[in-house]
Amino acid sequence: MKKIVKALCILMVCVLGAVAFVGCGGEKTAKRELKVYNWGDYIDPEVLKDFEKETGIHVIYDTFATNEDMYVKVKSGGSDYDVAIPSDYMIKRMIRENLLEKIDMDKVPNYQGIGDKFKNLPFDPQNAYSVPYMWGTVGIIYNKKMVTDPVDSWNILWDPKYAKQIFMLDSPRDSIGITLKLLGYSLNTSDEAQLEQAKAKLIEQKPLVLAYVVDEVKDKMIAGEAAMAVVWSGDAMFMKEKNPDLAYVIPKEGTNYWFDSMVILKGAKHKAEAEEFINYMTRPDIAKRNVEYIGYASPIPEVVKSLDPEVQQDVAAYPADSLLKGSEIFDDLSDNLAKYDKVWTEVKVAQ
Amino acid sequence: MGFLKRSYAAVIFAFLYIPIFVLIVFSFNASKSRASWDGFTLRWYADLFDNSAILNALYYTLSIAVLAALLATIIGTLAAFAMYKDMRPWEKKIVMNLTYLPVLNPDIVTGISLMLLFIFMKINLGFLSLLLAHTIFNVPYVILTVLPKLRQFDNNLYEAALDLGASPAYAFRRIVFPEIMPGIVTGALFAFTLSIDDFVISFFTTGSGINNLSILIYSMARRGIHPTINALSTLLFLAVLILLLAVNRRVVRDKK
Amino acid sequence: MGRRWLVYPYHTWMLLFTVIPLILIFFYAFTEPNSTQFTLENIRHAAEPVYLGVLWHSVWLAGLSTLLCFLIGYPMAMILAKSSVKYRNMLVVLIVIPMWMNFLLRTYAWMTLLEKNGPLNAILLHFGLPAIQILYTDYAVMLGMVYNFLPFMILPIYSVLMKMDQSLLEAAEDLGAGAWTSFRRITFPLSLPGVYAGMIMVFMPAVTTFVISRLLGGGQYMLIGNVIEEQFLAIGNWSFGSALSVLMMAIILVSMLFLSRYSKEGNGGGMFF
Repeated sequence: MKKIVKALCILMVCVLGAVAFVGCGGEKTAKRELKVYNWGDYIDPEVLKDFEKETGIHVIYDTFATNEDMYVKVKSGGSDYDVAIPSDYMIKRMIRENLLEKIDMDKVPNYQGIGDKFKNLPFDPQNAYSVPYMWGTVGIIYNKKMVTDPVDSWNILWDPKYAKQIFMLDSPRDSIGITLKLLGYSLNTSDEAQLEQAKAKLIEQKPLVLAYVVDEVKDKMIAGEAAMAVVWSGDAMFMKEKNPDLAYVIPKEGTNYWFDSMVILKGAKHKAEAEEFINYMTRPDIAKRNVEYIGYASPIPEVVKSLDPEVQQDVAAYPADSLLKGSEIFDDLSDNLAKYDKVWTEVKVAQ
Repeated sequence: MGFLKRSYAAVIFAFLYIPIFVLIVFSFNASKSRASWDGFTLRWYADLFDNSAILNALYYTLSIAVLAALLATIIGTLAAFAMYKDMRPWEKKIVMNLTYLPVLNPDIVTGISLMLLFIFMKINLGFLSLLLAHTIFNVPYVILTVLPKLRQFDNNLYEAALDLGASPAYAFRRIVFPEIMPGIVTGALFAFTLSIDDFVISFFTTGSGINNLSILIYSMARRGIHPTINALSTLLFLAVLILLLAVNRRVVRDKK
Repeated sequence: MGRRWLVYPYHTWMLLFTVIPLILIFFYAFTEPNSTQFTLENIRHAAEPVYLGVLWHSVWLAGLSTLLCFLIGYPMAMILAKSSVKYRNMLVVLIVIPMWMNFLLRTYAWMTLLEKNGPLNAILLHFGLPAIQILYTDYAVMLGMVYNFLPFMILPIYSVLMKMDQSLLEAAEDLGAGAWTSFRRITFPLSLPGVYAGMIMVFMPAVTTFVISRLLGGGQYMLIGNVIEEQFLAIGNWSFGSALSVLMMAIILVSMLFLSRYSKEGNGGGMFF
């Protein structure tokens, strides 16, 4: 045993040494520095390298898994990031709680290139705090081989014909949101009667649902494990590419559309560098590289025009404005969020 | 070993290793999705060595895991010994319960409370706080594995050594330590394992620029875990396995 | 008691890193959100039937997987302890190595294995057996729990079984005890401290994990870890999240106390009181 332990220790030391060598080899001792906080795998890694090369700014780049993880870290003072890329409702909350720094748009000339319909959004009405990075919708992806009925309404998720062939999202906001939409209400409602109705509807649906899924839904739909699923549009692009039997729709009742936008965090030590970074990321050629790497939709018309015409027409990527009629962006619900959580818990507990 | 025992062990090992096998197979899949096989590729292995973020995270993961396991093993073993030898019964009960309680807490509670503690104590969130956090959640596991071995230990041997003039430290090293070795090694293995696999606590107690593999992997989940991670896991797995076999061969040879 | 110098450092460690965080949780549990006003409202809220039901389900799942781990793990620990010295250490390390691969990757791998058109069903069909749908059922959750916690049951038992006083066993044999009798009367009772340690290390973390049930069970129900995490992250109500934690700790501590009163382990073999 001792020998094994000793040998394992020696191995570890070797690995540490080797990796330390590799790891530190690439680090530059640049004077200018920038700390970026983003979702995992949400940027073309080459873009980061080029930014460093072009500007001489050394980027410390970390990732988070959910908006809420990021928020708790920032709010409690446990981080010192300059730039972050949260989603819409979180941005509103962070503005409300004074966690964001105003962006000097004169330093971000490429902001001009952002499409008009992506300006003056409800979470940042004066365009003072955020620059859109990616956007998309929530919709239904279905397998044409398994679903013969026309799919154009959230209602199909309640069709007993597809019992145990439906994936719902394991997220209170999203699942209750689409149910509210189906019932004709706002997905930002805090009216308890409406929420009660949504709860009853979701409990009614429960026996039909194969599973409440999160990120792993992509592989399951590609593998043909179920007939339909509620998904985010960006992922739908990827799924359709891997399995041509899949199709994406935005239901006629309207849906949730979302944004991930770049913001500067309060007290950022490198504000100038942060604005330089945001400007760089908004430059059409760079934005195009990110869009192609990530596969989500860009808010910059010039980038969209340069893409494959087929992608430009794709409802999962760039839906026509008419399809988004009646759709809403998530609002920051603050204290009313607890109501959604209560509803969701009761749905989950119901037999 | 009898046939029955052999087959039982084989089934258990198969159970433990089947998912690892799947993971290795997918590291050669040209597709980014686990659901479709688009052909054989070594591309992810090439990407891996080009990705400084992953290599950095690997470095921090291993260094934190080794150091935290080492620290936790030392602290845990000594604490277990102190509990066993020098604590009054009532004191022992309280200390044991307090030691195990955090194991029951969800990671999120431990993570956030440690983060607040570090911020309050003005410990900069970074390598040190991460190491400290890992050591903290590892210690109960070491104590849990060492204590049963101590109970088994014949205390008279230790007392006899002291009577013969050995210092407590010497008696511990020469008499107690060899006896409880299996417990210590198990504790160290657990500590290393838990540390390597922890996401939530790490996320909240680390600072900018210090990432471990778990943080990297969990934050990829929304977009789908990149196959380079499978490639990395495969390489790590093979490295550990080869090393283990090599060491074992040497041990067997030495014994002859 | 002249050797208290060994005791104090751990007391300090524990005070700093166990007691203070616990006090923090208690503080949140008994104050109103965003204020320092004392209240019992959070605890009352946490004791609502919905949440007690969730807690009960979590404890039940954790208990069941602990039992399964014990039944599967004990024989394996015995096999390990009796295996040839040449391979023993290697086998022990081989038990934990799979756990060094990331948890998410391992769980995703299980999802692939178990799916409707997955390898497991392909093999079953190949041998003319009917395909089974176990993904998104409680069986899959059990499988995932046992898979992830099994090493934490096997190794503590193994480490106790190793170096067990062989003379006792030989004496028993000399006295004419059969293999089963000597196991029941000697080996098993002597291995109990290891069994307890294993059970604690499986049960306690299992109560609050929820990712396994979310991924392999298809998120069909809430578990306590899930509810607590929602409160801390999505809702931002740390007070209620802490209250749930405190209530959970209290209930489990008290039930352990209750159980250990009934087991007549007088030698401090029980972990709690």
